[in-house]
Amino acid sequence: YEILECSLSESGYKAPSARKTGTTIAGIVYKDGVILGADTRATDDMVVADKNCMKIHYIAPKIYCCGAGVAADAEITTQIMASNVELHMLNTGRPPLVAMVTRQLKQMLFRYQGHVGSSLIVGGVDVNGAHLYSVYPHGSYDKLPFVTMGSGAAAAVSVFEDRFKPNMGLEKAKQLVRDAITAGILCDLGSGSNVDLCVITEAGVEYLRAYDTPAKKGKREGQYRYEPGTTAVLTKTVTPFSLDVVDESVQFMNRE
Amino acid sequence: MLNGRRGFLKDSVPVAGLCPQGAYGIQDCLRSGFSSVKNELLPSHPLELSEKNFQPNKDKMNFSTLRNIQGLHAPLKLQMEYRAARQIQRLPFLPSSNLALDTLRGNDESIGFEDILCDPAQSEMMGEPHLMVEYNLGLL
Repeated sequence: YEILECSLSESGYKAPSARKTGTTIAGIVYKDGVILGADTRATDDMVVADKNCMKIHYIAPKIYCCGAGVAADAEITTQIMASNVELHMLNTGRPPLVAMVTRQLKQMLFRYQGHVGSSLIVGGVDVNGAHLYSVYPHGSYDKLPFVTMGSGAAAAVSVFEDRFKPNMGLEKAKQLVRDAITAGILCDLGSGSNVDLCVITEAGVEYLRAYDTPAKKGKREGQYRYEPGTTAVLTKTVTPFSLDVVDESVQFMNRE
Repeated sequence: MLNGRRGFLKDSVPVAGLCPQGAYGIQDCLRSGFSSVKNELLPSHPLELSEKNFQPNKDKMNFSTLRNIQGLHAPLKLQMEYRAARQIQRLPFLPSSNLALDTLRGNDESIGFEDILCDPAQSEMMGEPHLMVEYNLGLL
């Protein structure tokens, strides 16, 4: 028996609301390449399932992918992509293009009509330069100089809209991505813990795990213990249970 | 309850519940399980039909493009090769690799969910070898 949304409202029940993606991922194109950033919190509805997970996945030696949405979908999708890219590289004998990864991703996501709930940011450096794409769960994509995804996307993109400039230097660009992810961590409940960065250039990849930790556990300010006798006892009733020993048996455990 | 999915009524998949294919004209419960008319008519997942028909649709599209570019002989020759490759199978109860068929389709160069999930080598059930061979040969 299947329960459809229309039948639920007919019977007077409310369908459960969609689960938020619970991530902040961002990427920018700077002077020498691409910088990807992500937070490290994985949520299970309103509970933190993993305080330090890795959301920046490897696809090719100079192409990395941040995943938001259902964690398993993002993980498996990126692993399948990495395998396909490797097979493609072996077939053509050439390093992969970021556009090729994006094309395979969007074709696969469209095929599954959004049921594979993963939004991804693909960034990397190939023979044509540095590229950054964002791919949505239903298969659409955008090619932009800066992108953000996840539930903290609005907080992160506001930082980018304010301070992004084309062809920034490395340190300024890292600081900008760090600030954007921090905005997501502080202003969105679904994102938290540390900021991971991944700097991809022509020369290689620098994966900066836990680049910054803006959300440290707070110190408890007061004492919350109650003195014995804080609550007054009004009445006391004692009801003894009279139990008889019916049967007694001893079993020896073999402890060799 | 049926309103939302009526648009998905199967028309390209044969309806087994309404005309059972077992002996004596009744549903062969031992081999094909219990029959349920609703299960035969409506899909149990929005993507069931699209996924079941994905490979056939892809082949149809490729063949029709090939016919338009190179003429009728090209898809006919290819389909003959497909038919030959499909006949290369192992014994009825053993899983076949379908290597020739995959190479023809170009699936040997990509990995998808069909390669990761539902691996026949990891299947929990195995057919009875003697029964399956006899059924295939028509002795049963």
